[in-house]
Amino acid sequence: MLDSLDATLLARFQFAFTVSFHIVFPAFSIGLASYLAVLEGLWLWTKERVYLELFDFWKTIFAVAFGMGVVSGIVMSYQFGTNWSVFSDKVGPIIGPLMGYEVMTAFFLEAGFLGVMLFGRNRVGPGLHFFATLMVAIGTLISATWILSANSWMQTPVGFAKHANGQFIPVDWWAIIFNPSFPYRLVHMVLAAYLTTALVVGAVGAFHLIRRTAPVRARKMLSMAMWMVTIVAPIQIFAGDEHGLNTLEHQPVKIMAMEGHYESHPDGAPLILFGIPNEKENRIDYAIQIPKLSSLILKHDLNAPLNGLDTVPVDRRPPVFIVFWSFRIMVGLGFAMLGLGLFSLYCRWKGSFTHNTWFHCAALIMGPMGFVAVLAGWVTTEVGRQPYTVYGELLTIDSVSPISAPAVASSLIAFITVYFFVFGAGVFYILRLMARLPRDPMPELVDGPLRTAGINPGLAQQEKSHGH
Amino acid sequence: MAIDLAFIWAAIIAFAVLAYVILDGFDLGVGILFPLFPEKQDRDVMMNSVAPVWDGNETWLVLGGGGLMAVFPLAYATILPALYAPIIAMLVGLIFRGVAFEYRWRTRRWENFWNWAFAGGSTMAAFAQGVALGALVQGIPVVNRAYAGGWWDWLTPFSIATGVALVVGYALLGSTWLVMKTTGELCEQARRISYVTTIATLAAMAIFSLWTPFLEPIYLQRWFGWPTAIFSIVVPLLCAACFALLLTGLKNHRDSRPFLAALGLFVLGYVGIGISFYPYIVPTSLTIWDAAAPESSLAFLLVGAVVLLPLILAYTGYSYWVFRGKVDPEEGYH
Ligand code: HDD
Ligand code: HEM
Ligand code: HEM
Repeated sequence: MLDSLDATLLARFQFAFTVSFHIVFPAFSIGLASYLAVLEGLWLWTKERVYLELFDFWKTIFAVAFGMGVVSGIVMSYQFGTNWSVFSDKVGPIIGPLMGYEVMTAFFLEAGFLGVMLFGRNRVGPGLHFFATLMVAIGTLISATWILSANSWMQTPVGFAKHANGQFIPVDWWAIIFNPSFPYRLVHMVLAAYLTTALVVGAVGAFHLIRRTAPVRARKMLSMAMWMVTIVAPIQIFAGDEHGLNTLEHQPVKIMAMEGHYESHPDGAPLILFGIPNEKENRIDYAIQIPKLSSLILKHDLNAPLNGLDTVPVDRRPPVFIVFWSFRIMVGLGFAMLGLGLFSLYCRWKGSFTHNTWFHCAALIMGPMGFVAVLAGWVTTEVGRQPYTVYGELLTIDSVSPISAPAVASSLIAFITVYFFVFGAGVFYILRLMARLPRDPMPELVDGPLRTAGINPGLAQQEKSHGH
Repeated sequence: MAIDLAFIWAAIIAFAVLAYVILDGFDLGVGILFPLFPEKQDRDVMMNSVAPVWDGNETWLVLGGGGLMAVFPLAYATILPALYAPIIAMLVGLIFRGVAFEYRWRTRRWENFWNWAFAGGSTMAAFAQGVALGALVQGIPVVNRAYAGGWWDWLTPFSIATGVALVVGYALLGSTWLVMKTTGELCEQARRISYVTTIATLAAMAIFSLWTPFLEPIYLQRWFGWPTAIFSIVVPLLCAACFALLLTGLKNHRDSRPFLAALGLFVLGYVGIGISFYPYIVPTSLTIWDAAAPESSLAFLLVGAVVLLPLILAYTGYSYWVFRGKVDPEEGYH
């Protein structure tokens, strides 16, 4: 028993580790693929060179990120069998076809056209090349749709029956695919990917504006990215709120953990802003709270009653500390993104968009925060689902492979070593590519004080042709 | 032989795995041969000959694995734990060779490291796949819907032999691919290597064919019992024909023929294994009907597969068409 518990813990840790690495790359490549399609479309439409140059710049970065996404994804799809074999046997008839559709509608599409997009510009015309770019972008979105449907079904399972041998039998595929949490999760995740990418693109633009290497393209990047953040951040906050209301309906225990409500509040629950969950004493220490606000947000009524974790048996509660804090990190970053968007509007209004160093530093600092928010969001979702893999239906402890702890431990160590080394190198190469934006050939196009920065156009041309 | 959903799906999964083996086989083969070509320029060309297509090739592996989970979940849930170590080794190998495609161009100081990652990762993945195949052919015990063997059962002289055999076979695919796709001295060296890999593959196939029937009484009966014994005569004859085509193609500078003949060899070997297996999906514990998912899962996914697989084959074919012909050493976006 003790042994099986250890093996379960190790398998969970391995899954969390590998999937957390994986999701970082899709979050970036979903957004970047769409950004590339927009850049190429704008280039074909306006014939302004800057779009083509930006396209080529980001294309190389995309190729590296995408490669990492592919290899880390293949690990995921085999891990269900190696480490979660009982889960696969039982839930395979439902999750399997969804992932099968993902492979057939998305992965082949991405992979088939990626080669043309990266290597084929001279072999197919500009129109077909643009088509290939579009297919890659659409492929990443289709991929997100199917995998999020699968994941959402595990959160809010419907449309199935149970066979005597323990298998889940699909009864209504429509209900399974469009399960109650799927639309919310899809919208929230795709917006998250766009925000994440916009923040990265914006940070690279800001970096080059600070360094004054390539003002024309840097300004273009930062401006496009900031429009995205300004528009999408508020939508994301709204979508997240709706998502939470939906979760309250279908997974109320998760909301209790996110809100830190250990006790039931029959007449209006407070919103706990900060505090330290004390899992032994079942309370939030040092809580800073606003009375009745939680009831207002969740029920739109100051005095609405809300149940707390005291109504749930101890062995059916998720770990509160993690969920409580990961949720706050995500929400905090969401408002920080909103703030950055407003700051950018202010700078545009004041005409200081290209030279306000405070603004550029803020954009630079926010660069990696999309990834942090995405990871925090997934941790909230997944840890909040515990102790189940299929919410209310299948316990995590009953999902794991009958593999001994030493075997899981060895593969875990192998993955940790390989991932930190390989993906560490990849991130390093990406950062280096981002830092190397060749100088702008025509500094006189830039308005503002940068015009005096004195760049030698001859030299710039030369450097450009040495690009790659 | 009943034609029902489980049978159709067994055929589709078998097709996906075959597509994976021959397609990723040649680009893993190019990786396996990397150390034999020390010149940087040759290596650039070798890598560029497969760079536009490797991702699509590897996707067949995802379809094979994901498809197995969808339509034969019990097979997926027993084979993967039984082959835990070789599967993990394969995944790690695929990580190294997959990232090498991009990383190799991103650094000068570490270029050599990623060359070795490419070669080592390809070889490790090929070897692990061969070991997994051998262990599967030996049979996997299943009790109560779970794998019932030990953690080292996969490791036997037979599985080591199949591991080596697959590395050799992939090297043949890789060398004939290079004959087809390259020019000049690189092409000539690939041609010389192809003679060696051809002979080695021939030997490996012979050993494998003689060894397998004696592993399980069922296999023996398949190969020497009526009516399947017909195949015992036809398959080796067709193999001999492929070898002849391969060797004459190499000699007469018909540069596409060796590759196509090598593909033929792989298809024949695969059909041979299929004959031994049927109707087991986990030999000799589970038949395809024992492991099949409920009807509603099989039917739901089949609707999509019927429409999508031809479409996939069409645009995959298109992307091979875009990159047809010999590789131009000057090309590549890096
Ligand atoms: C919201 C998006 C999302 C999420 C939650 C996941 N993935 Fe993913 N995955 C993608 C979005 C994506 C993508 C954007 O489509 C990728 C990233 C890079 C790529 O090649 O495609 C990808 C690649 C990718 C690949 C390689 C595809 C190829 O060969 O081209 C596999 C096998 C998986 N994923 C499997 C999984 C599994 C088993 C997951 C869950 C545990 C998972 N992904 C979560
Ligand atoms: C991609 C972003 C994802 C992240 C970052 C993530 C994160 C996590 C984490 C942290 C756990 C461990 C929870 C714990 O042990 O307390 C977990 C478990 C799990 N997740 Fe996810 N998850 C992601 C997506 C998915 C998707 C898309 C699926 C299904 C298709 C999925 C299926 C599972 C399963 C089966 C477990 C089982 C292990 C467990 O519950 O502990 N996850 N995930
Ligand atoms: C500030 C407003 C936000 C609110 C109120 C909010 C709300 C939520 C809620 C309630 C969940 C959990 C749903 C569940 O598991 O049932 C969630 C998950 C998640 N959040 Fe947020 N969120 C916000 C901002 C963000 C931002 C800015 C990002 C990323 C850029 C983000 C990324 C995610 C991700 C990736 C998940 C996991 C997938 C999912 O369940 O959709 N969130 N969010």
